[in-house]
Amino acid sequence: MSGVFTGRLRTRATGLHPPADASAYRSTALRSPRHAPIQLPSTASEETGPVFGHDLIGPTDADLTRNFGPGGAIGEQIIVTGHLRDEGGRPVPQALIEIWQANAGGRYRHRNDGYTAPLDPGFGGCGRCLTDAQGAYAFRTIRPGAYPWPNGGNDWRPAHIHFSVFGAAFGQRLVTQMYFEGDPHIALCPIVQSVPDARAIDRLTARLDMDATIPFDARAWRFDITLRGLDATPFEGRP
Amino acid sequence: MTRESASQTAGPYLHIGLAPNAAGLPMFGGDLGARMVGDGAEGTRMVLTGEIRDGSGAAVTDALVEMWQADAAGHCPARDPAFTGWGRTTCDTAGRFRFETLRPGALDGQAPHVTLWIAARGIGLALQTRVYFPDAPENATDPVLSRVPESRRDTLIAAATPEGYNIKITLQGADETVFFDI
Repeated sequence: MSGVFTGRLRTRATGLHPPADASAYRSTALRSPRHAPIQLPSTASEETGPVFGHDLIGPTDADLTRNFGPGGAIGEQIIVTGHLRDEGGRPVPQALIEIWQANAGGRYRHRNDGYTAPLDPGFGGCGRCLTDAQGAYAFRTIRPGAYPWPNGGNDWRPAHIHFSVFGAAFGQRLVTQMYFEGDPHIALCPIVQSVPDARAIDRLTARLDMDATIPFDARAWRFDITLRGLDATPFEGRP
Repeated sequence: MTRESASQTAGPYLHIGLAPNAAGLPMFGGDLGARMVGDGAEGTRMVLTGEIRDGSGAAVTDALVEMWQADAAGHCPARDPAFTGWGRTTCDTAGRFRFETLRPGALDGQAPHVTLWIAARGIGLALQTRVYFPDAPENATDPVLSRVPESRRDTLIAAATPEGYNIKITLQGADETVFFDI
């Protein structure tokens, strides 16, 4: 029976992810389980995952300045690029990365977003791509604006881009947010600060990358992402 | 070793990125994971519905739910080319979700089950759980179920419905669903 628990996925690190109940982020109050999750070594159900083919991705899917409307998007033109690796440092190729974000004024194209900043007719706010053989990815977009949000006080989100990432295994599934180096709201945001490890917050902060900048066109920001380790050989777990 | 990147909530506007068409944003020619079963798939078709409630009993209307499962023969990933094994949907205004899928076979010494993955505003690290079937004799010896305290095991067992099965997911409180870190 212990053969079911092959444990190829590395145990999720503790003290790294936001706790379920992060009181300064009020929405967690009624949505946080009171029981700790039951921890077990991984099985085939977690060590496998969906595979997405390159034929899925259209030519402008990763260009948020062109994939919605004609005429382009308003705002600072930027490239967001980086590598997807696992905890063992191995590149994760052919992995689906989906992103979404507010427009340059800080407004989402979503029926529940009532912020006063106007919608941009040239900007939808989502994009997707697959990583290449080296785990590299790149999006073209505009720098999103900061915006206020209801959390009981005068709270503003730092400028951010949401990331949804698949690995080779469903147990590696990750949703996170990318922030921009130098944004003073990072230190003030209850969602960012729910991450208990300052170094982990630092790794969610993209850096200006002049080498990837396109001269006279778009500045580039580097954001590398790490997924749970997935070992090729089974580790016989003893739950 | 570089550790995993920290998780952050998917927030209230996750539909834009993960189910744009369902939210009225026509993108990419359709939403990923909306269709799991193709023509000619082998096995028994099954509709898995569910509903998500928070600690006050209120419907969670903004959640994204993904599913990953074996094919009807118990292979994970699916070997049946007409079945993806992966689905994605969003909750409606009553907190309900729905997958049209196949009943999974028993996988690798485990009872038939599907994995669910739930992301939403107020959830900092997406929640992972499993759904088992009330009529599966393999449940009695399932190595994961057997490690769940008996008093909470029922939260993982779906109820039969006319078109398949339904699972109630409670994020917090007396009938709190069992979530896993596997």
